[in-house]
Amino acid sequence: MLEIGSWKVKTGLAEMLKGGVIMDVTTPEQAKIAEEAGACAVMALERVPSDIRAAGGVARMADPTIIQRIMDAVTIPVMAKARIGHFVEAQILEALGADYIDESEVLTPADDLYHINKHDFKVPFVCGARNLGEALRRIGEGAAMIRTKGEPGTGNVVEAVRHMRTVMSDIRRLSSMPKEELMSAAKEMGAPYNLVVYVAENGKLPVVNFAAGGIATPADAALMMQLGVDGIFVGSGIFKSGNPQARAKAIVLATTHYQDPKVLAEISQDLGEAMPGLEIATIASTERMQERGW
Amino acid sequence: MQGAFREHRRAFESLNCEVVEVRKPADLQGIQGLVFPGGESTTIGKLLQNEGLGDRIKELAAQDMPMFGTCAGMILLAKYIDDSDQYRLNLMDITVKRNAFGRQIASFEANITIPALGNDPVRAVFIRAPYVQEVAPNVGILAEYEGKIVFVRQGNMIASAFHPELTPDKRVHQYFLNIISEYQ
Repeated sequence: MLEIGSWKVKTGLAEMLKGGVIMDVTTPEQAKIAEEAGACAVMALERVPSDIRAAGGVARMADPTIIQRIMDAVTIPVMAKARIGHFVEAQILEALGADYIDESEVLTPADDLYHINKHDFKVPFVCGARNLGEALRRIGEGAAMIRTKGEPGTGNVVEAVRHMRTVMSDIRRLSSMPKEELMSAAKEMGAPYNLVVYVAENGKLPVVNFAAGGIATPADAALMMQLGVDGIFVGSGIFKSGNPQARAKAIVLATTHYQDPKVLAEISQDLGEAMPGLEIATIASTERMQERGW
Repeated sequence: MQGAFREHRRAFESLNCEVVEVRKPADLQGIQGLVFPGGESTTIGKLLQNEGLGDRIKELAAQDMPMFGTCAGMILLAKYIDDSDQYRLNLMDITVKRNAFGRQIASFEANITIPALGNDPVRAVFIRAPYVQEVAPNVGILAEYEGKIVFVRQGNMIASAFHPELTPDKRVHQYFLNIISEYQ
């Protein structure tokens, strides 16, 4: 019996990305640089998050021409972003042949109440989360991979750290609960009961969990890996830095050798300027991308 | 290193094996067999070029050390890769075609028969999978799917286009352990 786009195949690709770095790119040339540096996938975009933040206005799915050209330029998987709730953008990305869709808070949400029913698609989805309840809601809707939201386009890792620590502490809390408390926990978290039970029994999420939103240096990547994520998304951190080639390569090595401070010290040298950072407190709460989605 | 190493670890541990993760040449000390997980072959290729890890692995292969590659691992073990000049270990006399079944949207699972593992079919998960276009006479074909070669053996090396680490069936892993015991 042949099965296309099964849950195993969707979560399986995320498993293959583990221990790797997924880089935001806006041109075929950048995609080549990312591949050459050892990225395990690229995210095809019209603008990186820090430029989206600077430009303001409504941010939408990238022009399919850009995504197509990036798919033609590299052999590694190509991901693309759709707006939260915009299932037609997702249909278009699926038709284009994108390998993964990020239903992303970096773009302006198209639906203020509902996320995409991701079970309807053969292509797998990744979604952002700030805590376990949010992660399990997205998985319940069919996301085959989760990432922290962090605060995109800031070069400030603090929100990604907060979100990862929150997810891990939520998981520990569930793991120590007797079974009769799990339904109340599910109600409190607003998460599907069966997924709450899975997490309580297995002590982990049922899908791969990456870090995203504010990672700018090899040390940031290794920090997130030591906190327990499976891999790294870097958005503006590479192509908004002084030397994208060197930084991309260093972040890939840091993600592999995250437990080896000697290697980290070596690869962190001579990388040029990191992207300019933003203090989270200076961003008005209405401008915070992580508040998008629920 | 990069990819589905955790799933391989779990599979081998369930067969009472001790597993170590190899990230640098020093980690190769004392191992009896080497597994290249599914992942991205270009990414793993870059990491193999770091600190001479790939060269050290080639020396071990010259001593007939058992090696097992799945998907990206198959690509890295191959001598020839269709339409690509990417880094490879250059060990098996096979020509591999990357993403041969198509992009992720075409990824699938299906039952395949592997005569060496008995009559019960194996549930095989193919994710942006390669297949083998050509083999030299010294390479044994262990399985095909729809006329395409998806599992091969050459001496103590085996390579599969699918991911036995993603399914509960442990026969492929056991097959590799048998190669290791014969080698010892």
